[in-house]
Amino acid sequence: MIEGILIGLKTALSFQNLLMVMIGCFAGTIIGMLPGLGPMTAIALMIPITYGFDPATGLILMAGVYYGAVFGGSTSSILINAPGVPGTVATSFDGYPMAQQGKAGKALAIAAYSSFAGGTISAIFLLIAAPSLSKISLSFRSPDYFGLMILGLTAVAAFSSRGNFLKAMMMCVFGLMLASIGQDTLSDIPRFTFNNMNLSDGISFVLVVMATFAMSEALTIVIKGNDPSKAAKQISLTDLGSIKVNKEETKQMAATIPRSSILGFIIGVLPGAGATIASFLAYGMERNFVKDEEKEKFGKGSVQGLSAPETANNAACSGSFVPLLTLGIPGSGTTAVMLGALLGFGIQPGPRLYQTNPDIFWSVIMSMYIGMVVLLILNLPLIPYIARILAVPRTFLIPMILFFSVTGIYLMSFNNFDIFLMIGIAVVATILRLYDFPMPPLILAFVLGGLMEENLRRSLLISDGSWSFLWDRPLTLIIMLIIILIVGWQIYKSFSKKQ
Amino acid sequence: MKINSVKIISLLFFVLSAFYLYTAHQIQVFAFDEGAPFNAKTFPIYLGYAGMFFSGLKIVLPDQKPVEVDPTYLEFKKTILLVLTMIVYGATILKVGFFLSTSLFLVFSYYFLGERRWKFIIIFSFPFVAVFMYLLHGVLAVYLRDPLLKYIGIMG
Repeated sequence: MIEGILIGLKTALSFQNLLMVMIGCFAGTIIGMLPGLGPMTAIALMIPITYGFDPATGLILMAGVYYGAVFGGSTSSILINAPGVPGTVATSFDGYPMAQQGKAGKALAIAAYSSFAGGTISAIFLLIAAPSLSKISLSFRSPDYFGLMILGLTAVAAFSSRGNFLKAMMMCVFGLMLASIGQDTLSDIPRFTFNNMNLSDGISFVLVVMATFAMSEALTIVIKGNDPSKAAKQISLTDLGSIKVNKEETKQMAATIPRSSILGFIIGVLPGAGATIASFLAYGMERNFVKDEEKEKFGKGSVQGLSAPETANNAACSGSFVPLLTLGIPGSGTTAVMLGALLGFGIQPGPRLYQTNPDIFWSVIMSMYIGMVVLLILNLPLIPYIARILAVPRTFLIPMILFFSVTGIYLMSFNNFDIFLMIGIAVVATILRLYDFPMPPLILAFVLGGLMEENLRRSLLISDGSWSFLWDRPLTLIIMLIIILIVGWQIYKSFSKKQ
Repeated sequence: MKINSVKIISLLFFVLSAFYLYTAHQIQVFAFDEGAPFNAKTFPIYLGYAGMFFSGLKIVLPDQKPVEVDPTYLEFKKTILLVLTMIVYGATILKVGFFLSTSLFLVFSYYFLGERRWKFIIIFSFPFVAVFMYLLHGVLAVYLRDPLLKYIGIMG
């Protein structure tokens, strides 16, 4: 492991990669800060750029963007009470009241220190957990993988949709349907191409991500008429106050950070859970842990109320890399986007990544930590300046997002058809968003579609067409039982409401 | 059962799944693959059934969280104009070239979204695209097709 860490450090600390972490963190912070745009959009916008780099550099850039976007989301939560991402909603509960009290700088500093501490602790957990889990997962077979992928989809649908399980499952199926377009990988038989040559290679992953996130988010902002620049006027963005944290506040944070980190990491590892649930749970847990007098301060600018969700959401980000790096199965929408990017580089994440591409495996882990340091050293002092981005009017912001989306696809294919297809998917996604159909399950399913079909193919061929592979092995059986429980419970909840 | 927009979307998805299932059955597989445990249409067929199952349930079961979208608050005009601008942009980017089509796309988009400060509109369109193109084409050596600039002699 020590050797691996050194390989990772050597790769991550090369001049080019260090520069990429910095650029990634900076770009991620800016994009994540803009209300409505989260880490998925930030990473999606970066994918066309990363294809020009080697895999390690590209992934390091994306990891930097991921952390930067989470940090940026916290900034808009604190300063204008408009969380850039769902994972930072809980941050606004105490961060925004603190900013209203004239302590915006302090709130941002607490958020940054908590994020850093949460990220550091969880990076250590990741360092320990990932190689061990990689070794265990080598014993997994096709039926287990097939089961795990369905579990990932159902869990994401159950957790991410907040009462919209059926809508989320429909999005999963829709994502799988989109992934099935194009030539069959084994027989080269065209499927759902309708004799259109442009569809024979299938739909590009970048196109789907750009359309369902960057473009449709921009269109959703326009159609809803939300104006972030109007909200930005609530707090002065030029005078954020001191960023110094006193002894008493440091003591309070010291008690909160370890427990929120552990909780965040565990939640992050679970498929489908992720930063949003982690931050809300950490907020609720912290409220139960503190003394009664401190409990009263929750929602009015409590240091612990701000520190807990910020620590947990960053810890969950690291945790979500565990299933991606060790099983090759993303547990969240953001890691699904990263999986798609990895596949684009010709790298198949999974238990063998640890052995076949140790430089990539370890450099991604180490770059996460470096990203945390960069965020703390570089971004925190620059926050008063970066915060002014929030005042950029949407009349300029939206066209820029659309421009980068179209250009991203244009540079990849030089094809009008892809641009029209992207616009079409973006329009459909915008309508679906209006009616609360979640997009992360669609992306996750789109990325997993090919792998799912491949594992089902192998399982059915091995069992000679019998579905008994679903219960032949104890591990597969357990996975299937969990899936049945999740689906059954969610459908029962919908049904019982009727009665 | 109360009919609302979510139910209508679910119904459309049900129809889409049924069409997908029908098309999946029409996939021509090799003769020797026809009776195989798994062929090119196996997975799509299951997907079609899954889509019909979940959308069917959504149509039949009550909404746990009814979504109320008031159309009077939605900016349809701006959104449609923006989408049309994107379509025109997509249609012209190859023929007219990156520079002019992108710059005009930005100008019209800013305008349609309500921007009237022409100084900023101009700065963040033509010069912005020129700098972007220089970075991409000149510095990063990423090929950008631009027949217009090539004709004028600016691009090689």
